[in-house]
Amino acid sequence: MAIAVKLVRRPASDSSYVRAALQGMALTFKHLLQKKWTMQYPEETSAPDWTITPRYRGTHRMEVDSEGKAKCVACGLCPQVCPANCIKLIPGEDEHGNRYPLVYEIDEFRCIFCGYCQEVCPEEAIHVGVHYENAEYDRDRFVYDLPRLMRQPHPPSSLWDPSDPKGE
Amino acid sequence: MNPVTGTAFLLVSSVKILAVFGMLFLLIALWTLVERRGAGFIQNRLGPNRVGPQGLFQPIADGLKNFLKEETYPPFADRVLFLLAPAMAFIPAFLTFAVVPFAAPLPTPWGLVGMQVADLPVGFLFILAISSLGVYGLVLAGWSSNNKYALLGGLRGSAQLISYEVSMGLAAVSVLVFAGNITLPEIVARQQATTWYVLPLFLACFVFLVAAYAETNRLPFDLPEAESELVAGYHTEYSAMKFAMFYLSEYSNMVTASGLLVCLFFGGWDIPFTRWDNAAPWSVWKTAATFGAFWAKTLFFLLLYVWVRWTLPRFRFDQLMDLGWKVLLPTALAYVMFVAVAVWAIELAGVTSGRAEALILACCNVVLAFVFFWVLDRNRVIGGPANRAAATWKRERAGGA
Repeated sequence: MAIAVKLVRRPASDSSYVRAALQGMALTFKHLLQKKWTMQYPEETSAPDWTITPRYRGTHRMEVDSEGKAKCVACGLCPQVCPANCIKLIPGEDEHGNRYPLVYEIDEFRCIFCGYCQEVCPEEAIHVGVHYENAEYDRDRFVYDLPRLMRQPHPPSSLWDPSDPKGE
Repeated sequence: MNPVTGTAFLLVSSVKILAVFGMLFLLIALWTLVERRGAGFIQNRLGPNRVGPQGLFQPIADGLKNFLKEETYPPFADRVLFLLAPAMAFIPAFLTFAVVPFAAPLPTPWGLVGMQVADLPVGFLFILAISSLGVYGLVLAGWSSNNKYALLGGLRGSAQLISYEVSMGLAAVSVLVFAGNITLPEIVARQQATTWYVLPLFLACFVFLVAAYAETNRLPFDLPEAESELVAGYHTEYSAMKFAMFYLSEYSNMVTASGLLVCLFFGGWDIPFTRWDNAAPWSVWKTAATFGAFWAKTLFFLLLYVWVRWTLPRFRFDQLMDLGWKVLLPTALAYVMFVAVAVWAIELAGVTSGRAEALILACCNVVLAFVFFWVLDRNRVIGGPANRAAATWKRERAGGA
């Protein structure tokens, strides 16, 4: 023997092929009859033991004030902080000197869903949403403009657990 | 009632060929689904259930997909053999079922129709001859693909099929010796008159079962495919319908092996604990009932294939060869001798009742099975380098001390 092999003397109950095979067959048969965990996705989107987490970061939505206008004040913090550079913002100003977004577009293909835009927003206007069904027939449809962002019906992400904000 | 003859025979045979072919295809299609859903159930999920009720039309969708897919021809492949190989695997797989009797004879206005495609006088020899042809499909597929994984799969396939064919044949020989006949209807009739041969020939049944798994390249013997090592083994380079033909032949082999196992050891189309189904007068109802009995048993063994597949892991190649040559072959060989001697001795002792004969052999088998499993179980014959090293180490230590 070229190299030393450590030999473990096993009791017959551990090294028995026949018993192991029969035990395995019994085990798989047991599983055959057990509860199936598959979620029938398009019909079911949540189960009693599984719902989507409120901290999920999906496609964005823009908060709307009581007059139906976007809460965004075009401060420019979100395009500044965005690591994927996917937010396009052109600010405008009305006669009272209030800033508002002339153009606000998010390229969801470039977005990495980090949620920094939501974190940095002083007006709590832009949010990442709890939403994952984003399929489109056209690439252009993935650039969400302002009206579309305002129309998104899904709930905003909580980003962190309110009861444990530091993630402890 | 006499068997059909003349033109009626030709006609009836043609109908039987078509019916059996259709039946096999239906069962294979169904079984690809059962396999996938069985896999799902064993893994606590549902498996494909989207196409049709409970996914019943999934095989149709799969078939359609395979028909419409692009046929790829690797530029480095041997064109002729590459085309020939799927057919070489497919044809023998479907041919073997021809001699399996699957129901009681059916009375028709033209005479009695035996419920098997061909009642060949050579019976079992035909099966041995044809099933061994299947290996050419594997080897040629592996060779002609000109791909190292495919070639390895083909090589493993040929080694495995040739090894296990021997023990499978020998296990069947003990049945033939005991039954004193080689046509399958006669073997089935003998079992109906006495008892299912699984009792008096238990060890042969076990060897046959294990060898059948190896012959059909199913887990735990799926080394020719071995997806974790060889991509897809011998059919790596195949696509579309040519790939489907390998798939079909695998499942067809499963059906045939299960059918044979039922015919040789589990009474064929015999309905257990009854006598009325085995004797004339034949009727359509009898044929239907025995047809159901045969398929119930065969489907059980087909389910066992699925069940075992999702339970036992794949053998290592040296373990495979150890099991084939060091366990099954000597066992089958010794068992043939034992059965021959036992049959001779029982005859000499003047026992004429088939049932008594079967009972004596069954008692012997309990002892033999116990010894066989005890030896097999305690890691004495099959093992790997570690076990051999252990033996060497023990010897050395004993010599040194």
